[in-house]
Amino acid sequence: MLVKINTSFCKGCDICIEFCPTDVFEQSGTLNRKGYYVPVVARVEDCTGCRLCDLLCPELAIVITEEQGNGDVVADVDNDD
Amino acid sequence: MIDKSRIQYLEQLWSRTHFLLGDEACAYGAIYAGCDFFAGYPITPASEVAELLAAELPKAGGLCVQMEDELASIGAIIGASWTGARVMTATSGPGFSLMQENIGYAIMTETPCVIVDVQRSGPSTGQATKPAQGDVMQARWGTHGDHEIMAFAPSSAQECFDLMFDCFDLADIYRTPVIMLMDGEIGHIRESVTMLEPSTVKRASRKKAEPGEDLFGGPELVPGVMHYGEGASIHVTGSTHLPNGMRDVTTPRVHDELVRRLYRKIDENREKIIRVETDISTGGNARIGVISYGATARPAYGAVKAARAEGRDVDFLRLITVWPFAREQVTDFARNLDFILVPEMNLGQISREIQRFADCEVISVSKIGGVPHSIDEIYQAIMEAMR
Amino acid sequence: MTEPRHRLMGYVREEIMPHRFCAGCGCGTVLNVFVNAVDELAMDPTRMVCVSGIGCSAWIPSPYFRSDTLHTTHGRPIAYATGVKIMRPDLNVVVIAGDGDIAGIGGNHLIHAARRNIDLSVLMVNNMIYGMTGGQVAPTTPLGVKTSTTPHRNIEPPFKVAEVVAAAGASYVARWTTYHVFQLKKAMQRAMTKKGFSFIEIVSQCPENYGRRIGLKTGAELLRKIKEQSVRVKKAQEMSEEELQHKIVVGELCDLDRPEFVTQLHEVTKEQVESFSLENAS
Repeated sequence: MLVKINTSFCKGCDICIEFCPTDVFEQSGTLNRKGYYVPVVARVEDCTGCRLCDLLCPELAIVITEEQGNGDVVADVDNDD
Repeated sequence: MIDKSRIQYLEQLWSRTHFLLGDEACAYGAIYAGCDFFAGYPITPASEVAELLAAELPKAGGLCVQMEDELASIGAIIGASWTGARVMTATSGPGFSLMQENIGYAIMTETPCVIVDVQRSGPSTGQATKPAQGDVMQARWGTHGDHEIMAFAPSSAQECFDLMFDCFDLADIYRTPVIMLMDGEIGHIRESVTMLEPSTVKRASRKKAEPGEDLFGGPELVPGVMHYGEGASIHVTGSTHLPNGMRDVTTPRVHDELVRRLYRKIDENREKIIRVETDISTGGNARIGVISYGATARPAYGAVKAARAEGRDVDFLRLITVWPFAREQVTDFARNLDFILVPEMNLGQISREIQRFADCEVISVSKIGGVPHSIDEIYQAIMEAMR
Repeated sequence: MTEPRHRLMGYVREEIMPHRFCAGCGCGTVLNVFVNAVDELAMDPTRMVCVSGIGCSAWIPSPYFRSDTLHTTHGRPIAYATGVKIMRPDLNVVVIAGDGDIAGIGGNHLIHAARRNIDLSVLMVNNMIYGMTGGQVAPTTPLGVKTSTTPHRNIEPPFKVAEVVAAAGASYVARWTTYHVFQLKKAMQRAMTKKGFSFIEIVSQCPENYGRRIGLKTGAELLRKIKEQSVRVKKAQEMSEEELQHKIVVGELCDLDRPEFVTQLHEVTKEQVESFSLENAS
C-alpha cells in the first residue's frame, strides 16, 4: 500500500490517527501553510488497505494506491462495533 | 413548442362559447399559454383555479399537484421551472404571505414562474370570502431586499384569460416571477370569455445560453438559460452569486452588480411591459381624472361615464400593469389636471404611488369591508372634488 | 511539491477545494462517502440533480458536488425537489441537508413527501445542533445539553426523525453515523437506486458548535463518542427505553415496495390525455 496525505487539504482533525485500526498515522508536529498540524504516515507497512481512513477523511485528503503487484488486498473493515 | 395533446385539447375548447368565473378563465388562460405544471394549496377565493386545472390540465398533458402548503407549492414550481417547464401556482392573501420568501428566491435565481394572487380582505384571515385589493404593496415589496417585480390586474374574466399569456411570456423573457394580481371580485365574477384559435397562439420562449456561457450574468440584462439534465452542472443559489452561479457573499461589487441588474432588467424594459388603458374625455378640457385598476376600475369607469353624461369632462386611466409602476403614463395623464381620484379596495396603496408621479392633487377614494365601490359612490366623489 | 490527488476529485468542484467545512466536521465525510457511493454505482452526475437548503450540510452538494444543484430557501429543499422530480422523472434527484432544515423548519415537507412516497433520496445530516448560526438548540438536540439558546439545559426530547419518516410511509429508511462509512455508502447506494422515498439520517459531528458545548474538544473525540453510543437496530429491540436514552440506533428501519407518486401522477395524466383523445375523436 502507498498512503499519502494531501497536506494542503488537511485540516489536522486527527480522525485518521484516532480511527486507523493498525495505527498507521501519527502526529507530525509540523504545520501546513494554513496553520494546521498535519499527521504523517508513520507505519505504512502496517496498512491493510481497509480504506477506513480514506472514507472517513472529511477533506478527501488521504490518497491510497496499491503498489505494483500487491494484488487485491482492499477489503471492507469491520467497523461495526 | 406546443405539443400534440395540448393542441388537441385547445382545438375542442376554443370554438365553444364560455361563460366562466374569472378564476376559471385564468386557469384556461394558463392551459392556453402552455402551463406544464401547476402546484397549489386550497384557499378562498382562489381554489377554483386549482380545481379547474386539476380537472383540465391533465387532459392537455400537463401535471397538477396539490401540495401540503403554499411554501411547498411555490417551491415545487420553482424546482420544476429549472427543467424548462412553464409553471404556476395560485393563492390568496394568507398563502401569498407564506410564499414571499420563495418569490424572492425566484427573483434572485432568475427563475420564470407565475403566481396568481386572488386578493381577499386582510390582514390575517380577515374576511375570507370578501374581495379586496390590499395586496398591491405586498406584491411590490412582500419579499425582503431590493428588487423589481411585475404584476398585472385584470378587470374582467376575459382579461383573466388574456393576461395569462403576458404573464407566462414575460416570465420567460425576463427570467423572473410574474404576479397575476386578481381580486376576489374578478375571481368570482362570471362572464363570457372568447378564446383564440389555437394555431394563432404565439408563445415567447426563454433565451437559451450557449454551452459554457454564464447563466447568471454577462453583457445582457437577461442572461440566457440552460436547464437541468443538459449536462451544464448548473449551480442555482439564492445567495449572492457570480455570473457563473457560484456564491460570493462578501464582495460588495458582486452583490451590487447582481441586484442592480435584476432591478434594471425590468425597470429599463418597462415600456415593453407596462400596459394601461386611457379614455380621455372628448372635450379635452378635463381638470379631473380617475385612475383605477382591477375590479374597482369597472364602477370607476361607470362613474366617469355618468359624469360625462352630465356634460362634465373627466379623464380615465386604468392600470393593467400595476408593477412596474406606470410612472411616465401617470405623469402624462396628470398634466393639465387639478385632481386625480383613485378608487381602490384598500386604504390608498396605489394612490400614494400616483402622488409620487402626478403633479396635481391626488384624492384616495378608498373602501374596505368586502363590498366593492358602487358607481354612485365614485360619482359622488367626483362631484365632491369638482365643487 | 505536488500534492497527491484524490481519485474521485472529478466528482467535486475541484476549483473551489479544499472545502470550507471546519476541521473534523462530518459534512466532509458525508461528501466523501457520497462521491464514493456515486462512483461505485457508476452514476452519471449529469443525470443527477442535488437539492439542498440552508445550513452547513446544504453545502455538501452546493457547491461541492459537480452536478446540477439547487440551493433553496431554508427548509424547502424537499418541496423544490418534488417539482424537479415530477417534471424530470428520468433524473436522479437527491436532497442533502441538515436536521434543522429537513426536520425542523421543513418537517412538514418531509412527512408529506414520505407519505406520497415520491422517488427522492433524502440524506439528512443530523449534527444535533444549529451549527451555521452558532450552536442553537435543534429539534434533534439531546436532552440536557446546554446550547446558546438553552443555556441552562435542553428540556425538549429529541426528534426520532428516521422513525417518523418510516411511519409516514417511506420506502427505505436507515440511520447511520459518519463513523459507519462503509454501511453508509451501501445505504446511500440503496437509497439512490430504490424506487420511492428513501431517507437516511446520518448522525454527524459538529465539533465547533456541538462538541465543544458537551466538553469534547475535537471532531475525532466527538466521533469517538458517536461511535460508542451507536447500537444496532436489532440489539436496540431488546433494550429498554431507559437503556436507549443516550444511544443512537443504527441500521435499516425499513425497505419496502410501495406505489410511487410520480409514476402514478404520470399514469393518471396519460389516462386523461388518452380518454380525452378518444372522446373527441368521434
